Amino acid sequence: MKLAIQHATVYRYEAPVNYSIQYLHLTPRTAACQRVLRWRLETPGQVIEMPDAFGNIMHVLVVDKPHDEIAIRVSGEVETTDTAGVIGSETEALPPGVYLRRSHLTEGGDAVADLVSPLRKLIVKDRLEGLHDLLLKVNGAVAYRQGETDAQTTAADALIQGSGVCQDQAHVFVSAARALGVPARYVSGYLHVGLGASDNASHAWAEAWVDALGWVGFDITNGISPTESHLRLAVGLDYLACAPVRGVRRGGGSEALDVSVQVNQGSLAVMPTAPLSATGGQAQ
Amino acid sequence: MLGRSANHLYWMSRYIERAENTARILEISQRMALLPHVAKKGASEWQAVLEIAGDVAAFTERHGDVTAAKVTAYLTLDRENPSSIWSTIRAARENAHAERVSITSEMWESLNATWLEVKDLTPAMLGKHGQRDFFDWIKERSHLFRGITFGTMLRDDAYHFGRLGTFVERSDNVARILDVKYHVLLPSVDDVGGVIDNFQWGALLRSVSGFRAYHRVYHDTIEPRRVTELLILNDSMPRSLHSCLDATVALLGMLSADKPTEAARLAGELHASLHYGKIGDIFQTGLHEFLTVFLKRNNALSAEIQHSFHLAA
Amino acid sequence: MASALLNLRAKRMARAGASPNLTVAAPTPAVKAAKIKTALKAAKGKSDEGKAKPAGKPASKSVGSKAAAPKAAASPRKALAFDEMTAFAGNGPVTPEKVRDVYKVFAEWQATVPAKEFERKRKEAELLFRRLGITFLVYGKESSTERLIPFDVIPRIFSAEEWQLIHDGCCQRVRAINAFLNDIYHNQDILQAGRIPAEEVLINPQYRPEMQGLDVPGGVYVHIAGLDLVRTGERDFYVLEDNLRTPSGVSYMLENRNVMMRLFPDLFSAHKVAPVDNYPAHMMASLRALAPGGMSNPTVVLLSPGAYNSAYFEHVFLADQMGIDVVEGQDLFVKNGHVFMRTTKGPQQVDVIYRRVDDDFLDPLAFHRDSMLGVPGLLAAYRAGNVTLANAIGTGVADDKSMYVHVPEMIRFYLGEEPILQNVPTYVLRDDKDRSYVLDNLDKLVVKEVHGSGGYGMLVGPAATTKERQDFAKRILANPGNYIAQPTLSLSTCPTFVSKGIAPRHVDFRPFVVTGKTQTLVPGGLTRVALIKGSLVVNSSQGGGTKDTWILES
Repeated sequence: MKLAIQHATVYRYEAPVNYSIQYLHLTPRTAACQRVLRWRLETPGQVIEMPDAFGNIMHVLVVDKPHDEIAIRVSGEVETTDTAGVIGSETEALPPGVYLRRSHLTEGGDAVADLVSPLRKLIVKDRLEGLHDLLLKVNGAVAYRQGETDAQTTAADALIQGSGVCQDQAHVFVSAARALGVPARYVSGYLHVGLGASDNASHAWAEAWVDALGWVGFDITNGISPTESHLRLAVGLDYLACAPVRGVRRGGGSEALDVSVQVNQGSLAVMPTAPLSATGGQAQ
Repeated sequence: MLGRSANHLYWMSRYIERAENTARILEISQRMALLPHVAKKGASEWQAVLEIAGDVAAFTERHGDVTAAKVTAYLTLDRENPSSIWSTIRAARENAHAERVSITSEMWESLNATWLEVKDLTPAMLGKHGQRDFFDWIKERSHLFRGITFGTMLRDDAYHFGRLGTFVERSDNVARILDVKYHVLLPSVDDVGGVIDNFQWGALLRSVSGFRAYHRVYHDTIEPRRVTELLILNDSMPRSLHSCLDATVALLGMLSADKPTEAARLAGELHASLHYGKIGDIFQTGLHEFLTVFLKRNNALSAEIQHSFHLAA
Repeated sequence: MASALLNLRAKRMARAGASPNLTVAAPTPAVKAAKIKTALKAAKGKSDEGKAKPAGKPASKSVGSKAAAPKAAASPRKALAFDEMTAFAGNGPVTPEKVRDVYKVFAEWQATVPAKEFERKRKEAELLFRRLGITFLVYGKESSTERLIPFDVIPRIFSAEEWQLIHDGCCQRVRAINAFLNDIYHNQDILQAGRIPAEEVLINPQYRPEMQGLDVPGGVYVHIAGLDLVRTGERDFYVLEDNLRTPSGVSYMLENRNVMMRLFPDLFSAHKVAPVDNYPAHMMASLRALAPGGMSNPTVVLLSPGAYNSAYFEHVFLADQMGIDVVEGQDLFVKNGHVFMRTTKGPQQVDVIYRRVDDDFLDPLAFHRDSMLGVPGLLAAYRAGNVTLANAIGTGVADDKSMYVHVPEMIRFYLGEEPILQNVPTYVLRDDKDRSYVLDNLDKLVVKEVHGSGGYGMLVGPAATTKERQDFAKRILANPGNYIAQPTLSLSTCPTFVSKGIAPRHVDFRPFVVTGKTQTLVPGGLTRVALIKGSLVVNSSQGGGTKDTWILES
C-alpha cells in the first residue's frame, strides 16, 4: 500500500526561548515491510542526522537564536507491504538480548508478574503462540481510553488502572514479554485508519523476538499483527527512547503544543494540507 | 571565565552595595526623625525612604500605612522582602558561596561571618537603639569586605566583574536618593532660595558620606544646587555619579579589551553626559528629568552588561 | 572494657593531682606500653587488652553494632592481622628486631618522638587542612560548621618492591578492563566465546546500548580508575573493588602529602619518598592526548554536579591543579554537534570533558529526563565523535560486583596472562551451589548487594545478630541474583595515632591508574584507616580517616 504522510508538530511559547535542542525520531527506515519513497523533514534550525542507539534515524535540532515557536513538519511517501507482522533481523544495531533490559516506563511490578504467570509454559513450548495469547490478554486487560494516563505512566500503573492509550498498552505488552524472558521493544509509528484526516494517526505498538523469525510485530490496541497500514518510525526500550520529539529549552515560559498527523493512502500530491488543530494535547 | 561565575561575583558585589546603601538611608532617616520639625512631616519622610530603597506597592499591600517602625522593620530584617538588608546580605552570601573558588578565603570568611550574625536577628532583638548600631555595623562590614577584596584578590576578570557590580549598583542608588530626597526637600521651585533646611541637606550629604567633602569643595553654606553638583558631576567625590561612571567605564574597558562590547559603548555614552555635563544645563532641563533619564540609561546599561558578557542564566 | 581502663587511669591521675587527660606526659611508646600493661594487671580483670595476644581477635566489627563481649569463642576467624610495621609479631612492645625493613628508619625516629608531639602535629595538620580549604567539602546551605575527614599523621610506607607488585597488578587489571569494555561495545568476543554469560552484560543497568558500536579515542574507556586493595600478608594483596566510573580520593592523596611534608620535613629527608605531585600533570596529558581527532590544543573542562556535591572540593582542587575550569551542566550547550562553554567572551568549544557526573545524569534527552546536572544533546555530540568524555559512558558495567568475579577471566582472555593481583574469593548467590553454601555460613561471611554502593545494604555476618542474619537470608532468597558473598578478610594494620598513643588500625589502599596514550600509576594512593579499634570499616562517613602513603624509591 502506498501511504502519504503529513505530520506537523508546533510548540509555541509565551516568552522568547533563547536556546532549544530536540532529539527527533521522525524519519522511517526502509525495512522488509516498508520502502521509503520520499521523506522530508522541515525544521526551523540546523539539524544533524545520526543513527541513535537502537539504529533509528535520529535528528538533532538546535535553535540558537531567540524564538517563540518551534515548527517541525514532516512529509513523505512510503510503500508498505504486509509481512504478517514479521520484521526479520537484517540491519539491527543491537543483539536482541539488550531488549530484555528494564526501564522505568516498562516496570511491571507484581501486576505484570501475575498477568504472565499462566503463560510461562506456553511461551517455552511455542513462543509465537504464547505471544499471540499475550497480545489478546493485554488487549483485554488494558482498555483503550484517552485522558486517563500521561507520559509518566508506567506499565504497572496502566495495568492496575486497566486503561490507557496505545503507548501504555504497548508498554504493558513489552513489560510482560520481558517478564517471560522474551526480548521485546516499543515501536513508534503511524497507522492508516481510513479515508480523510485523523488526529489518531500516530500510533504505538510492540515487537518481540522469536528466534526463527526475528522481530515480530504486535499491535495491542487493535489486537492484530501489523499490516500494510502500519508504518514504523522508530524502535526502542520504551516510549522515551523513541519519542518523536524530545527536547529541552531555556526560557519561554509556558508552552502550547499543536500536533496534526495525517496518513492517507495514495500520494502527497492529492493530499490536502490540514490546518493545525488547536488541540493543545499530547502527540499520541 | 564562565558567564555564570562572573554573574555570581557581579551580583555578590551588587547586593553588598545595596545592603550598605539601605543601611545608610535608614540611618539618616532615623537620625532626622529625631528632630521635631521633621517628625511633623512624618509619613512623607518615610514614604521617601520606601521609594528609594523598596517597593512601595508591595509594602502597602502587606503592611498598610507608612510608619517609621514599619518601614524600618520592612527594610532591615523582613525575610519576605527581597530588598531588606537581611535578604540582600543573604543573597550576597549565596552568590559568594556558589563562586567560592573565585574569591579568596578571607573574602569568604568575612562575608560568611556577616551573614551568620545577621541571619537569626529579629527586630525585637535590635530594639530601638540597637538599630543605629546595626546600620553602622552593616556599613562597616561592607567597607571591610571591599577592603579585603581590594587587598587580597588577584586583578583578573573575576575581580573586575565584582568591582563592576559595586559601581553599577552605587550609581543606581545614589541617583535614586538624590531624586527622591530632592523631591521631598524641595517640592516646589518656590522653595529654592528659601529657608534651607540645613539639617535635611546635611543629612542627604551624610548619607553619601559627602558632608565634609562639600565643605572642602565649596567652603560655603549648603546650597541645593551645589549639593547636586557635588553628587552628580564632581569626579573627586567617590560616591558621585561621575565617579561611579569613571570606574564603570574603566572596568568595562578592561573587560572588553579583546572584543568591543555594546555595554562598554553604552557606559561611555552615559559617562560623557556626566563628564561633560554642566550643572546649569541639568537644572534647565530639570533635575528630576535628568535623573529619570540617568536611571533609565543606567538600567539599560545593567541589562546590556548581562547580555554582552553572557551573564544571564 | 575500654571505659573501665579510662576510669582507672583517671583515678590514678586525679590522685596525683593531674587532670585526667590521657595524652599528658606520655613517655615513649615502648615504656608506655609497659605502663598500660601494669595498669591493666592492676585492674580487676575487666579488659583483655594487653594480655599476650591470643590468635583470636574479633576480625570484623562494623560501626553501629555493639562491641561484642570479647569471648574467645565469638569469632571463627582468628587470623592475626598482618601489621605493616611488625608483620605477624602481634601486640606487645615494639622492639627493633620486630620491625620490618621498610619501617626501620621510621621506627627509630618514632622512638625519639613523644606522643605529645604527635598530638601537636595532628592539630597542626587539622589547621593546615582548614586553611587550605579542604573543609568546604561538606558545607551545607545554612550551616556554619564544616566537617573534616580525620587525617592520621603516621604515614603508611611501601618498599619499592612491594610497590612494583601493586603497580604491575593494577596496570594489568585496568588494561584488561579497557579491553573488555572495548570488546563488549563492539564484537562481544568474550560473550560469543561463552566466557561471561551474555545477559550479565546486556541487561546490566550500567551497560549502555548507546555505546554499542561507538569507537572512542584510543580505545580508552577508563581514563582514571581507583582500585581498592586490601592486604593480608607480606605479598598478599587482593583487589576488593574496581572503581571505574567517577573514582574520587586523588585530592586527599595530594593534600595529605603536602601537609605531611610541612609537618615532618626531617622524616622526609630520612627517606626517599617518591613524589605524587605530578599526578595532575599526568592526568592532563592523558586527557589532552585523547582529544577528538587527535587535535593539538584541545579545551579540557571538569564537569561537576556543583557546590552541594560531597566531592566538590576535589573537583575544584583537581581542576585548579590541572589548570582547567570547573563547569556545571548549565554552563555548557550543544550546537552544530559540538559542545560549547558559555564564557564572558562568548561561546568557547569544549573538546574533552573530565566528567564527575554519573551516566544517568549526563543528558536529559537520552537518560534521566529530569536531570539538571547534564547537558542536553551531549550524547549526540559524543556519538558524533566531537567530544571526549573521561571516563567514557558505560564503564560501570565493568565495576559492579557481578562483573567483578569475571575480571581474572578478562585478564586471561584479553592479555593471555595470569592475574598478578587476586580477587577476594567470591560466592555468586545466583549460583545454586554458592547460594546454599552462603546461607549455611552467613555467620562467617560478608554479603553485599551487586548493584549497590559499598557500606550500606550489606551484611557483616560475624558481627550481626541471629535475627539480622535471618532477615538478610530472606532478602537473599527473594532476589538471589542481587547478592555476592565474601569471607571476612583480616585487613592489614598500620600504626596509627589514636587517643592512647600509637596503635595498629586496619587499613585499605586505593591507588589510581591513569590511562591516556600510555598508562601511569602515580607512586602513591589513598590509604584509608578505620580509626575505631578492631573496626574494618574505613569509609569516612562511618568513622574512617586517611593517611599519607609513601612509596620508597629503591
